[in-house]
Amino acid sequence: MTIAAPLTATGLRKSYGTHEVVCGLDFELRTGECFGLLGPNGAGKTTTLRLCLGLTDPDAGDIRVLGKPVPQQAREARLRIGVVPQFDNLDPDFTIRENLLIFGRYFDISDHELHARIPDLLDFAGLASRADARIQTLSGGMKRRLTLARALVNDPELVFLDEPTTGLDPQARHVIWERLRRLLKQGKTLLLTTHFMEEAERLCNRVAIMDAGKIIVEGAPRVLIAQHIEPHVVEVYGETAPDWAERFGRSHAERCEVTGETIFCYIHDPAPLIADLDARNDLRYLHRRASLEDVFLKLTGRELRD
Amino acid sequence: MTKHWTLPLFSLRFIHVWRRNLLVWRKLAIPSMLGNLADPLLYMFGLGYGLGRMLDDVGGMSYIGFLAAGIICSSTMMSASFEAMYSGFSRMHVQKTWDAILNAPLTLDDVVLGELVWAASKSFLSGSAVLIVAAVLGLVPSPLALAVIPLVFLTGLAFAGLGLIMTALSPSYDFFMYYFTLCVTPMMLLCGVFFPLDQLPVAAQTFAQLLPLTHAVSLARPLVAGEIPSSWLLHIAVLAAYAAGSFYIALALTRRRLLQ
Repeated sequence: MTIAAPLTATGLRKSYGTHEVVCGLDFELRTGECFGLLGPNGAGKTTTLRLCLGLTDPDAGDIRVLGKPVPQQAREARLRIGVVPQFDNLDPDFTIRENLLIFGRYFDISDHELHARIPDLLDFAGLASRADARIQTLSGGMKRRLTLARALVNDPELVFLDEPTTGLDPQARHVIWERLRRLLKQGKTLLLTTHFMEEAERLCNRVAIMDAGKIIVEGAPRVLIAQHIEPHVVEVYGETAPDWAERFGRSHAERCEVTGETIFCYIHDPAPLIADLDARNDLRYLHRRASLEDVFLKLTGRELRD
Repeated sequence: MTKHWTLPLFSLRFIHVWRRNLLVWRKLAIPSMLGNLADPLLYMFGLGYGLGRMLDDVGGMSYIGFLAAGIICSSTMMSASFEAMYSGFSRMHVQKTWDAILNAPLTLDDVVLGELVWAASKSFLSGSAVLIVAAVLGLVPSPLALAVIPLVFLTGLAFAGLGLIMTALSPSYDFFMYYFTLCVTPMMLLCGVFFPLDQLPVAAQTFAQLLPLTHAVSLARPLVAGEIPSSWLLHIAVLAAYAAGSFYIALALTRRRLLQ
């Protein structure tokens, strides 16, 4: 017998007025993995999460979360889901401890049980010494950690994280990543939306890149990079860069992309390019390995999405 | 669209929303109670003694006794309206408390019902406090006045529901001023709080019969004076209809706003 997937979405569609935000989405999560839903702003990531939580009804398609049909049995599904929303909605009228207590009550967990769980959650969030602090006194990183701890109050099997590290400094972001790895180690399944490709590359077993309401590619980050992008990237900056690209770059790299005065050269063997660039003093350059961000930009384009 | 108008699904989980609000209130209970009491008592003493001295009797009783029943109802209306609108809007729109709750296994039906019962509970305290003050002043001759207590709660539900409709429609706090200017203040003046309804032109009297505060006052005044109100069943039915109808409309409008 195969274990049912924690989340399956089939043929999902959702329109607002004449604008179709989610246009025929299919994806499935595997137990214990971190699945990343990536996409530029407006790609439909947050709407997809709302559909999976039963907060909005799809126009078409089927959703099953933890064996429950959503939205029909969304309440039963949400009993076993944790949610870290994109924007903080901690309760400003309460202390850290009260936030956890009140949120736990929403799941019908007894106060007795909650008082037993809260110390572990505070430890997890690294907030044990601040348990009685008010929310207004917390830094952005602390608030995010508390939001994550709050999402775990019902010991969920599946955790939704909507851009969990947006707006955090590098230290705070690394702490969140470390905590998410701990959750994976405990066997929880994570559904993460982000537009930080670095985050997705570090955390996700598999990612799906969405654009305009569709999944355009899906797979393990490393596999996607190998499939879509040459292994090396040389970024060249300077007034004369476009000129250099025409005369030298394009003939030596497999692919060159020009945006303003920056050239992105995608290449298997970067040595000849680097030798040429080292010999000049009018151009600066950065040589790096190809990343998920390169895949993302190749597939979704470089235009602004706002 | 029609989906927003499906009938509410009630569950006991609304109590969690009510308890959340209670916990916040408990932190500020004393200033909140004093704030809620100061206004109605100023009206009662200021007008009751000041104006009352010039009037022999109004509707067969002392003016302050007449006024007390009106103020019980108007202070209930005020308190429920403020809670459902300003505090409700803060939780829905500013602090996003409702969004957080909706990620837990509660539905918007639970949240709106919890807010309705909470605003009614808070107004219940305001209305009952005025009743207690009236009793201490010796203005309440009969235990029949105890029936005012459930009446206050029902009145609170009616005005909480109306307030929640405004909250569901409101783009910002400023919007609530329209409701106060166009609905709450006219009710204060037209529904028999300060003077008997029969002082008004017939057209205004007829119009007043459509307003919920009129029915609350029509019940509270005889009860405070120790009499059984005439057509009490009708007045209760009107208040209950306002409570149920406004809750249903508020829920549908809130669903339209939040469950897009």
